[in-house]
Amino acid sequence: MPEWVQFSAGKHFQDLIAHLSGRSVPEILVMPIMLAVILGFICGSSLILIWAERKVAARIQNRVGPMMTGPRKLAEFSMWTGGLLQTAADAIKLLVKELIIPSKTDPVPFIAAPVLIVTVCVTAFVVIPFGPALSVSDLNIGVVHVVSISSLTVLSIVMAGWSSNSKYSLLGGLRSAAQMLSYEIPLIFALLGPILLAGGLSMQKMVLAQREYGCWFFLPSLLGFLIYYVASIAEVNRPPFDIPEAESELVAGYVSEYSGMMFAMFFLAEFANMFLVCSVAATVFLGGWLVPFMAVPEQMTPGYIALGTLVFFAKTSFLVFIMMWIRWTFPRVRPDHLMNLGWKYLFPLSLLNLLICAGVAVLKDVYKLNGWGVSLASLGALVFVLLLLQVVRVPRPTAFLEKV
Amino acid sequence: MDGNYGYIALFLLGGAGFVGFNFSLASFVTRLVQSHRPSRTKGLAYECGEPPSGEAWVQYNVRYYLYAMLFVIFDVEAAYMIPWAAEFRKLLAELGTLVVVEMAGFLAILLLALCYAWRKGALEWT
Repeated sequence: MPEWVQFSAGKHFQDLIAHLSGRSVPEILVMPIMLAVILGFICGSSLILIWAERKVAARIQNRVGPMMTGPRKLAEFSMWTGGLLQTAADAIKLLVKELIIPSKTDPVPFIAAPVLIVTVCVTAFVVIPFGPALSVSDLNIGVVHVVSISSLTVLSIVMAGWSSNSKYSLLGGLRSAAQMLSYEIPLIFALLGPILLAGGLSMQKMVLAQREYGCWFFLPSLLGFLIYYVASIAEVNRPPFDIPEAESELVAGYVSEYSGMMFAMFFLAEFANMFLVCSVAATVFLGGWLVPFMAVPEQMTPGYIALGTLVFFAKTSFLVFIMMWIRWTFPRVRPDHLMNLGWKYLFPLSLLNLLICAGVAVLKDVYKLNGWGVSLASLGALVFVLLLLQVVRVPRPTAFLEKV
Repeated sequence: MDGNYGYIALFLLGGAGFVGFNFSLASFVTRLVQSHRPSRTKGLAYECGEPPSGEAWVQYNVRYYLYAMLFVIFDVEAAYMIPWAAEFRKLLAELGTLVVVEMAGFLAILLLALCYAWRKGALEWT
């Protein structure tokens, strides 16, 4: 097993400084550099994602989207190269807008809410493996860290909704709390499948386990992948699960009373969170930085690190693109339907997924089945279960659970 | 390798510092370009553009609590299941399929709770 992929990214800086100055530096000195890199990355990626979202929306609705900001020559070239500086212009606009704190708010939670939502998101990025040997720190509680830290987001949203002293904000905050609580459960249970297969919680170990199995985990736990994806769309409050900020009924939900830079922080967190959940999905289910049809070298090579990072970003961007596509295609879900989906469908199905994964692990460890055999067996099990459900469905299997 | 947990503390502080810096920058810039002009009308809650009537801090629907309580049950369950899942393959080598059976028993009890809540109508919104 190549140990080097678990090196922290700070080690590269340590090596570089040691190489340049001939002196070794303690890790504590490179930690702030990593913080700066991640903060820069979050800001930069959000700038790009917001622009991309508007362009994707424009393409889906047969428009061209923002075209006037940015180099004129590029805008004349094609719609995909126009308006490149639109988000930067928006950020500057938000910077000079007045920070209004309405007189009837509860000021401390009102200001703390945007601070918390961004802080939580930044902290969750600690364990994301951007490439081999490129996670900030490969904590051995990786997945649990991401799930537990990012579930604090709901606290921030409730704080924002309650402290605004505005009816729409309050409704948005409460709806968001109910929604996130309902979707947290299927999300964790969907992740249990890959955890079980990998036999560990660390993100880099998760990637290495997919190398060991010879197939990405979305094959043994296809159900888990779909459940995680749906639940994570609900977790980041994006359409079709955007009832907390449904603009046609709640103005802007919990951000109604925010203006200027405080609103910008909520906006930043939304896009950073979107990237976060997609990168977790890419790591846990789609093999992370594993390059298809290429063995992981035993020694650290810069070429493989670069290639792996590229592959990771390609997978994540693909998932992000699907999320945008979904946003501009599906109508908003009604709140009670949304709760039904979470508790009555996704949660039992995520338990089924766990069962399939346990079966796959037994096949692998006890019966020494390998790679494609494992994935074929799991897909077969899934098809069997789906067929079974279709057969049993004739009288609805949950009919006895109806309200008495 | 267990990773360096100091990063969590650093990133919590750093993230908060980043937002704090943004806020102070924004408040400096808005005073510089004189867009910071509070007034009584501006201090009202925006809501939907009309002057707000009455307080927003009201009693709200009890159904939200039902979801919160269900969440607590299953979140605690998840907290028990994560270590089980993480050690599954090691336990499988030592105990065999007993490891599946035991967790199935635990899950069955909790699923019974879900069925009870379902049948009692706790999952219905209307």
